[in-house]
Amino acid sequence: MKNGVIVDMQHVYFSYDDVAVLEDVNLEIQQRDFLALIGPNGGGKTTLLKLLLGMLEPDRGVVRVFGKNPRQARRLLGYLPQVFTFDFDFPISIMEVVLMGRLGKRGIGRGYTKADKAAGLEALEKVGMEDFRDSEIGKLSGGQRQRVFIARALVTEPKLLLLDEPVASIDTQWQQSFYELLHELNKNISIVMVTHDISVVSTFIDKIACVNRRLYYHGSKKEGMHKIAEMYECPVQVLAHEMPFLDEK
Amino acid sequence: MAGILQYEFTRNALLAAMLVSIACGIVGTFIVIKKIVFISGGITHAAFGGIGLGYLLGVNPVLTAIPFSLLSALAVGIIGKRAKIGEDAAIGIVWAVGMALGILFVGLTPGYAPDLFSYLFGSILTVPFTDIIIMIVLDIIIIVTVLFLYKEFQALSFDEEFSEITGVPTETLYLLLLCLVALSIVVLIRVVGIILVIALLTIPTTIAKQFTNRLKRLIIYSIINAVVLTVIGLWLSYLFDLPSGAAIVLVLAVVFLISAFVKRLIVVRTLHA
Repeated sequence: MKNGVIVDMQHVYFSYDDVAVLEDVNLEIQQRDFLALIGPNGGGKTTLLKLLLGMLEPDRGVVRVFGKNPRQARRLLGYLPQVFTFDFDFPISIMEVVLMGRLGKRGIGRGYTKADKAAGLEALEKVGMEDFRDSEIGKLSGGQRQRVFIARALVTEPKLLLLDEPVASIDTQWQQSFYELLHELNKNISIVMVTHDISVVSTFIDKIACVNRRLYYHGSKKEGMHKIAEMYECPVQVLAHEMPFLDEK
Repeated sequence: MAGILQYEFTRNALLAAMLVSIACGIVGTFIVIKKIVFISGGITHAAFGGIGLGYLLGVNPVLTAIPFSLLSALAVGIIGKRAKIGEDAAIGIVWAVGMALGILFVGLTPGYAPDLFSYLFGSILTVPFTDIIIMIVLDIIIIVTVLFLYKEFQALSFDEEFSEITGVPTETLYLLLLCLVALSIVVLIRVVGIILVIALLTIPTTIAKQFTNRLKRLIIYSIINAVVLTVIGLWLSYLFDLPSGAAIVLVLAVVFLISAFVKRLIVVRTLHA
């Protein structure tokens, strides 16, 4: 593991059957980076996260997370999947959902400890959902559920947090405090976030990577914005309108 | 009702009803919440191969059904997950191959195959005591496994992908769950028969699920439902001389319909309250 490099992808290729999803992707993530992964739908952002989690194996190339094979680094990762569907009647309480984040820390067949439960409560407090800990998951709104899943990602006490479109269903009011929470966490851990919300990039994020089959750009956000416009094939002015800092140049 | 308790076969039948209810209450709950009803149906039918093998070898078919249904469970699980044919195709294959083997084994058995019908359609009133012992042992295995792996099975059923990422060996746990399904099927075969097993593995939990969203309660309510309803079915079959398996399943179905209606009433009431 090179100094400060926690994620190292080299010449990574990935395809689903015959469809190439990622080609020749090279990506280095440093300690305490806050990286936004942006790109069009189907561009391979989620696939990239899944490669980092070891849920997918690259066809070619090397993926190293904390200097290890991604599967072996899993316990250092926190993950928020893209909104997933489940049976709203599913018999599970909010606290039980959050404690899933501690499953890997316990041996199979061992009960959760007091420390686990305290960590679960703390994670719920961070997302403002502690009053719901005994509720059933089906009774929450989409945004509240998303906050619970964020708590589940936090309770693993990760060194690297991988978030796949975390704010998709969250109301704007809570979005602000969510980004502040991430900003706070970022003092100690690294964060990679897939997002479509480019306006957020301007205020909270220091690096961006644009993925559309290839990794088009990776670096600090300022120069990146023009590349994004190129990649999305939309005029820069439209983006600049949302991105006040572009006009500053 | 008290009068019928003086016979040994009715005492065995009641004991069998209890043992069956424990298995289907616990395992049925996970079958319903993990949505593996049809996998379980496939394993059930494949278990017929084990019954046939018992006839061919001249041993208790319930005993040979144990390894056979376990192997079928592993086959469905592994083919479904690893091969690119998809889970439902894997279920279809194992289902049919198991039954075909059963028919083949029975055909190869010299002479007539007595009681074959009772394995297909169940016969709670003729459960011998040796089978009761087997059922007790399998129930204990099921209870102990679920006590140990409760939170893992819950997590696996809720979100397999996330469980995998936290470092839980989900594939092993999933195969283990299918093995529990296989064992519970063996417990149930004598009572309701292969063709009707799936009813006991799904209906008691489906009824309970309308009234609770707590996993522990769901398991307990499922067991209670199963005990009460199988005993009612048993009693009706005794009273009117009906085939016991069919009577039990129809009692389950009627109570499910009533419970769905009651649930609707409750929902409507609370909406207008």
